[in-house]
Amino acid sequence: MLTITKTPKCYVGGKFIRSESGAVYPVHDASGGFLANIPSCSRKDLRNAVEAAAKAGPGWAARSPYNRAQILYRLGEMLESRADEMAAALACGEQRASAGSGPGAADEVRASIGRIVHFAGWADKYEQVLGSVNPVASPHFNFTVTEPMGIVAVLAPEEAPLLALLTLILPAITSGNAVVALASESRPDAAILLGEILAVSDLPGGVVNLLTGSREGLIDTFATHEHLRAVTASATRAEATTLQQGAAESVKRVVLHDPATDWLAADHESPWPIRDFVEAKTVWHPIGA
Amino acid sequence: MAPKSKKAKNAKKAKNADNSKTPKDADKGGKGDRGQAAAARKPARELLFGDLWEFDPAPESADPRIEESYGLFINGRFSAPKSRKHFTSVSPRDGAALSRIASAGKADVNAAYLAAARAFAKWSQLPGRERGKFLFRIARLLQDRSREFAVAETLDGGKPIKESRDFDLPMAAAHFFYHAGWADKLDYLAPGRRCEPLGVVGQVIPWNFPLLMLAWKLAPALAAGNTVVLKPAETTSITALKFASILQDAGLPPGVVNIVTGAGDTGAEVVNHPKAAKVAFTGSTEVGKLIQRSLAGSGKRLTLELGGKAANIVFADAPLDQAVEGIVNGIFFNQGHVCCAGSRLLVQESIAGLIVDKLRDRLAVLRVGDPLDKNTDVGAINSGEQLDKIRELVQSGIDEGAEIHQPKCRLPEKGWYFPPTLFSGVTQSHRIAREEIFGPVLSILTFRTPAEAIEKANNTAYGLSAGVWTDKGSRILKMAAELKAGVVWANTYNRFDPSSPFGGYKESGFGREGGKHGLLDYLKLG
Repeated sequence: MLTITKTPKCYVGGKFIRSESGAVYPVHDASGGFLANIPSCSRKDLRNAVEAAAKAGPGWAARSPYNRAQILYRLGEMLESRADEMAAALACGEQRASAGSGPGAADEVRASIGRIVHFAGWADKYEQVLGSVNPVASPHFNFTVTEPMGIVAVLAPEEAPLLALLTLILPAITSGNAVVALASESRPDAAILLGEILAVSDLPGGVVNLLTGSREGLIDTFATHEHLRAVTASATRAEATTLQQGAAESVKRVVLHDPATDWLAADHESPWPIRDFVEAKTVWHPIGA
Repeated sequence: MAPKSKKAKNAKKAKNADNSKTPKDADKGGKGDRGQAAAARKPARELLFGDLWEFDPAPESADPRIEESYGLFINGRFSAPKSRKHFTSVSPRDGAALSRIASAGKADVNAAYLAAARAFAKWSQLPGRERGKFLFRIARLLQDRSREFAVAETLDGGKPIKESRDFDLPMAAAHFFYHAGWADKLDYLAPGRRCEPLGVVGQVIPWNFPLLMLAWKLAPALAAGNTVVLKPAETTSITALKFASILQDAGLPPGVVNIVTGAGDTGAEVVNHPKAAKVAFTGSTEVGKLIQRSLAGSGKRLTLELGGKAANIVFADAPLDQAVEGIVNGIFFNQGHVCCAGSRLLVQESIAGLIVDKLRDRLAVLRVGDPLDKNTDVGAINSGEQLDKIRELVQSGIDEGAEIHQPKCRLPEKGWYFPPTLFSGVTQSHRIAREEIFGPVLSILTFRTPAEAIEKANNTAYGLSAGVWTDKGSRILKMAAELKAGVVWANTYNRFDPSSPFGGYKESGFGREGGKHGLLDYLKLG
């Protein structure tokens, strides 16, 4: 009996969409056979995703840290329950890639679940590491708290298409930002499935928006869109230049990762990546009767 | 601030007549509000001396010890610029020439970077305790010569002597003292990580707080183990160059701090030099964007402290007299040459008329004039260029239909001065409500609800600072959380401390200065 195939869709604003442009690009299996048509998102799709993120962001930021922690942990549960399916999706992409790029599929899923659990726990703790009460010399109570920046753009690398994507997304959403992410172009399989997992994770629609398509075609818009307040990317030097030049138009924050990054490394797990996506706000008030 | 003295005050009758026509906004408030406001608006009892009393001049007389000519401070000593170019620094107080200052060219900046790069190996390896001792020494030496530096700062930049003496100098010394103590405690800064210095840092600072901005930049950079190439602003280089003599007296190793003077092209050489591991800039958003663009793809770190258009929000339940003092301090401190100046006053509608009246009364007794006079509240505008910019924006306010209020005050004939200015009836689309004026000009807007205040306050590309005045604690915390600004002053304004992080959201820049947050921006996490 013929099996029916799943049409790959992007996850934007809590909905599963194809590109408004109708454009797709094919992906193949190891032997060159046709596998699926992946949406090739346009600049308009990106702008729509930013709009979805703008709607969802303030509500997500206003959730209590404890609630964000539980929702992120739930995301881990959802990935765990579909771990085999995710490993298969990763293996599918892996066949396509040149040998030895990134961790093996099973390891990548285990590491990804671990990373989600790690950041889930930070949601109600990072403030106590990153904030401060400041001993000023004048009679004032003075404290510094962190706040999310708003909407963060994520450009995931080609390799480690699940782990790297999550490593870039998690610090941003843990601290209450919304994300618009572009998945690995050659290995989008995991990101497509991640959208389905996000949809059942209790994470409000629009907090994480996953696009697929041409990095080259979208990078300019990622760089210049004024409502994207930060961009984090695994980027070549040429891409870094494009991103930083475009970012300068609205003084956007840019966080760059070396394309040779080892995404399995333990140092991705700390509160310090969260610091890249929060603003420090200092409040003064006089002390007196 | 200044005691009430010479009053160019309208007769009570004229003032009341004025009240009834200006605050059309107040009439929109509820009936109860209006009654309350009218009751509260009975003018306070005043002593009217007319022209009978005038202050005697009280000029500060300490010797600023400004040299006739300054070279560049590279590798621990002063040297003539290879560019062979100089410019003259004049005092905005009276336009008199103060000193002849070297203009650093490409070769000079390169020499500074080479010296800094050579010094880095030893300085960064020096035990933190020893680095700290150098910074403690610098703080002490600066305190020793505080008055001399204050006079030099006032002569060169135009700020009132009471501000340079009581704010800039003590605060600059405090920054060195605070960061000195960090130098041997970097391991406690970032739990779980080892902090390492970045290398040579290029720093470009503005003209509004010349020595204080130098301290904000140098102290954390040196405590972290970096070496520095610093460029002061063209119009205010003198205290930085005087400060070099403190570095010599402190025995700071040659090359750890290098000071190159000049205009924008020198600044471009400093930020674009390939040996810079990090660039730290304080200045306009326009130039900040240029720098961010020019560093694209270079791998250099960058922190930017840029412009602002801060909202200072006054609720009807605020302690109004304190609020008025805070508003005055918020906008007229340092002639309004403050990136975090409270330049947009948002007043709750029911008290708008009252606040405008109180502000006009307060403005009438601000003493504008010779910055060297110890009684002066508002000194000289830093440069003719800045004065032109202020005049242009004030004219736009008049042209766009806002109502201008200026006290009658005699301005000195020589030098650059501008009277403290209020605009009422300002709307959000007016240029004076959107653009950074960087002068003693306050735009007054009104709001009805906290939500409207937040909406208006955040309706700007900037996000450096904000003020909130209310007696209600829960409202303060709510407003503080909703305002998109890096510093929120509640029932106070323009407060600074070395332990308190300062810096902006959005187009006011990124990175912080002060506290552990600021120090981290001069380190990499290993």
